[in-house]
Amino acid sequence: MSATPIATTRSAAGIPTARLAVWWIIASEIVIFGGVLGSYIMHRLAHGIWADYAANTNPWIGLLNTFILLTSSLAAVLAHQAAERGDGARAANLLYATCGGGFAFLCVKAFEWNYEISHGMTITANTFWSFYYTAAGIHAAHVIAGVIIMLFTASWAKRNEHLHRVEIIGIYWHFVDVVWIFLFPLLYIAK
Amino acid sequence: MSDHADHADHGDQHYIKIWGYLVALLTISFVGPMAEIQWLTLVTAFGIAVVKAYLVAVHFMHINLTPRFVIYTVTTTLVFMLLFFAGTAPDVMKAEGTNWVKPAWIEADRAYAAGEVGGRAHGAGHGEDHAEEEAPH
Repeated sequence: MSATPIATTRSAAGIPTARLAVWWIIASEIVIFGGVLGSYIMHRLAHGIWADYAANTNPWIGLLNTFILLTSSLAAVLAHQAAERGDGARAANLLYATCGGGFAFLCVKAFEWNYEISHGMTITANTFWSFYYTAAGIHAAHVIAGVIIMLFTASWAKRNEHLHRVEIIGIYWHFVDVVWIFLFPLLYIAK
Repeated sequence: MSDHADHADHGDQHYIKIWGYLVALLTISFVGPMAEIQWLTLVTAFGIAVVKAYLVAVHFMHINLTPRFVIYTVTTTLVFMLLFFAGTAPDVMKAEGTNWVKPAWIEADRAYAAGEVGGRAHGAGHGEDHAEEEAPH
């Protein structure tokens, strides 16, 4: 008796369906983040005062969080390599390290937002801060979702199950990293 | 499991090397704008962001190993983003046009130019009370 086909592992278009699905998600995410960032850039260029507001963000915190995400992306791609070799235990450990990076990112963000909100820079203070919290908040929600999915993936990888999913969550995580790569100069560097 | 045969050719050292490049670029993108020269900020902050994104997409996401229709799909969404920008920027970025005007924006710009409002904090990085002042629209 043949095994039941699994949708996520079959290949319908020259690419495993799961990988195709994550690229499709990324394409839709580009539109979401692109719309937010495009709107931000328009207002930023049109309103001189936004440079003053942007001067209140802390570039060192942005730098630290960018470093954390880049390093977590390294762990994610190394996990993928381990999964390619069939080493589920190492893949799981590297995914846990990636989750640690995501958690550290969120902790830094919480510290940063706590400081800003306590100093009157709230989401309703003005349109700049509305954009700031919306863009960074949507991104943080994606980090949280990635960490949760990665914890499940790591637990499977530890048992050498569904190792192909290590690559899938990795691609998603790298995309979250790419979004932050653009948020960093927009929100923290360009004053 | 992945069907990317090329992945096996990359040892862990390759990815660590790419990560090293990314961290070096991050450092440049952080230090460059400190010179406060506009063109240098554009190049180091935003130009390098594009390079970093390219490195991640190619070396970590392996987008170059996916079928071309995937690359076309992703590129199409980027083009849509540019269309959105081009289509809305003429309205969003101007204070007035044919038969329409944004009086609150014009007044806010005047106040900002006159130094009556400002959002930059005193001293270092984080802001103080100025953050609660109104944006110019």
